[in-house]
Amino acid sequence: MVTALDVASAVRDPELPVLTLADLGVLREVVEEDGRVLVTITPTYSGCPAVEEMGADLKRSLRAAGYAEVEVRTSLSPAWTTDWISDEGRRKLAEAGIAPPSRVGPRAVGPVPLTLTPPSARVACPRCGSPRTEELSRFGSTACKALRRCLDCAEPFEHIKEI
Amino acid sequence: MSFDNAYESLIDHEDTHWAFGTGFSEALPGVDRAIPSDVDSADLVAYCLMLGDDALVLSQRLAEWCSRAPELEEDVALANIALDLLGQARLLLTRAGEVEGCGRDEDALAYLRDERDFRNVHLAEIECGPFAGGDFATTMARLLVFSTWKIAQYSSLLGFADPVVAAVAAKGLKELAYHRDHAAQWVVRLGDGTDESHRRMRAGLARVWPFVEELFAAHPVEQRLGLDPAGYRAEFDSVIDTVLSAAGLERPTSVPAARVNGRAGRDGVHTEAMGYLLAELQHLHRSLPGATW
Repeated sequence: MVTALDVASAVRDPELPVLTLADLGVLREVVEEDGRVLVTITPTYSGCPAVEEMGADLKRSLRAAGYAEVEVRTSLSPAWTTDWISDEGRRKLAEAGIAPPSRVGPRAVGPVPLTLTPPSARVACPRCGSPRTEELSRFGSTACKALRRCLDCAEPFEHIKEI
Repeated sequence: MSFDNAYESLIDHEDTHWAFGTGFSEALPGVDRAIPSDVDSADLVAYCLMLGDDALVLSQRLAEWCSRAPELEEDVALANIALDLLGQARLLLTRAGEVEGCGRDEDALAYLRDERDFRNVHLAEIECGPFAGGDFATTMARLLVFSTWKIAQYSSLLGFADPVVAAVAAKGLKELAYHRDHAAQWVVRLGDGTDESHRRMRAGLARVWPFVEELFAAHPVEQRLGLDPAGYRAEFDSVIDTVLSAAGLERPTSVPAARVNGRAGRDGVHTEAMGYLLAELQHLHRSLPGATW
């Protein structure tokens, strides 16, 4: 039997269609009660324009699967972190040529650290696997991506920046 | 929706808009919106407007750079930062309208208030480029000062009585950390660069510095909410000094910008630049109410 969770978990991210909302960690909870489905999502970035699409896509898919009454709730706290991207999601990103984020862990207590030089974090090239890559720009085609370049195969690639 | 075909994704929609990013319906769908009982509602509305207007107005200023920045990556960076701030503004203005309870949504608050009803600090509204008299270095000086101050402010709001404001602050902190790093790296690059870039970075700092004092002046609304911006001045100074020292620059000694009868941005008293900014921000919605595309 296909559950509401199965249906919701298969919905893809509008901006990174290689990932499902579940892979991305945006899908937080799916509760099914008396034929009614309550879905909770947590947006990635405050200004992410895809959030409304995500809600609409979830409703559309669940209705198509026979769930007439669907409510999508937004949970802001705790805030989304790239650590919520699943291992499966990381594999799919790398396959699609997008370098997955490294793990950041819980934020340390105290002042937000200041970084005066581009992060030296080693991001492997998703095409040739070389660890010798550099950041071109911390801001890319969507809020969640940075632009990097491989110093060996010379290909530019995108990287989901850690947040 | 299937994304097998790029064109299908544009037309295969139940919704009437053709791409995401237009026709927003609501910013806080299903968020727990209980209004805390131990906070004065009018003060909470005013405070949400202060925070929301800071983000909205600086977002507008940064968006002005799109297609005018020194390089393509910078167009993208400034637009991304503007988008983060716009997202924060939407959440905060929605919250302000909701607590107020008079039926004003984020659009009504952003597009239909007049200048005297905006509560942002002057730092967000002043012209720092790309137009007359501005410079990219000045924009980076403002972004450094603004995001350093905002980080300290949001950090102080993590345990705030209103859960929506506290959640926006927690989320916003992660974004602002990127914004501040970006600005700080440019300040160092320009300050520690050529004679010309150093001169312009120093001039940019001098341009924005008179507006720093206002950031730490506690408004009566903040006082009643138990908030004291002066409490995070030391944190601000320490970060700014670290950046300036790496950039070979010094803290300007400029005189704080004058207030009008003791009033400034938080009281709805703005600089001359604000009217022009709002004209551009609001004219479309006022000419064609509810326009979407």
